[in-house]
Amino acid sequence: MISPGHYVALSVILFVIGGVGVLVRRNAIVVFMCVELMLNAVNLAFVAFARLHGTLDGQVIAFFVMVVAAAEVVVGLAILTAIFRTRRSASVDDPNLLKY
Amino acid sequence: MVLAASAADTTRSITFWLLAIISVAAGLGMVLARRAVHCAVLLAVVMLSLAVLYAMLGAPFLAFVQVIVYTGAVLMLFLFVMMIVGISSADSIIETIRGQRMAAALAGIGLLVLLTFIVGHAAIGPGTRTGAAYGSSNINGLATLIFTRYVFPFEITSALLITAALGAMVLAHAERTSAKPTQRRLSRQRVASGRPAPLPGPGTYARHNAVDMPALLPDGSVSRLSVSPVITGLARGAGPGPAVRTEALRAADTASAGTASAGINGTGGGSHDSGPAGADSGDAGSGDADSTPKEAR
Repeated sequence: MISPGHYVALSVILFVIGGVGVLVRRNAIVVFMCVELMLNAVNLAFVAFARLHGTLDGQVIAFFVMVVAAAEVVVGLAILTAIFRTRRSASVDDPNLLKY
Repeated sequence: MVLAASAADTTRSITFWLLAIISVAAGLGMVLARRAVHCAVLLAVVMLSLAVLYAMLGAPFLAFVQVIVYTGAVLMLFLFVMMIVGISSADSIIETIRGQRMAAALAGIGLLVLLTFIVGHAAIGPGTRTGAAYGSSNINGLATLIFTRYVFPFEITSALLITAALGAMVLAHAERTSAKPTQRRLSRQRVASGRPAPLPGPGTYARHNAVDMPALLPDGSVSRLSVSPVITGLARGAGPGPAVRTEALRAADTASAGTASAGINGTGGGSHDSGPAGADSGDAGSGDADSTPKEAR
């Protein structure tokens, strides 16, 4: 029998994978994708807890998370293209040259 | 009756474990894959399996939104930006900060242990099936909640979306810094560059007509300009190594990089006419010296 606890455990694992990806990867696009993975994992936990409590509030919050994630991706990728246009690189190591 | 219920439970368990294994494997592959496109495809796998899990949890609306918004819109946006930013942008393997990977792995393990303890401590019982608007009334229940209790956050969401769209338009807009080159100027540049004809296509007079086969020049040597820099970059990353990197090849590389940037810019201009000229010397000087295994075939 699969309980909501199983889903929460899966979401914990996916969240940690996304977090490690954010820390390890250098390509800014891949870093964004890992952030998306973390947001998805949190959504799964929200939906599982909504199931646990038998209410729909968790699903509404997950819906809002999706909207915010979409807005974040749009702005983030626009910044990325702007940086790429001037620096010819999508690596997160390079923009630290801005301080010199 | 009991048998049917247990059969449904078994199906549910099998689906859950299958999707859990698939999504975790795809997530790990996303972190480990070097090329950004592979990461995007693996992320799509994770998102689709999460959509099925939402449907199993009694959230059909969120399952469809997940497929349409995440897999359909957000991921396609990622792929389009990858097309602009460069499909060949693979991560470098060199660590800029010493011990960063090890520290990140330790932090990940620490976070996993912490969250596991927290979740393990909480007593998460079986899901309640009563009192909730699940099933066919799921969408009605969600709409009631969004437009009553969560109506103010919903309105703020619309403001956020408008701001994001405006911000994306402002940030992605490229101001032209120099005047657009006229056709007369471009043709003069082309004649002055010494290569009035367009770049040779791949596979011209080569032994195979694949896109990664360089064209042959009249003297029988290969023209590295005929192959897309994306493909040559790939071959270099996978294959021969520093032994092949002679001076001539480096000259050809810089030339092809110049043409590539001119192509992305769309403005053409100075880098375009210097490109083929530099590559001409590179190709002429190369001869047999820098023949990679692929070209020697």
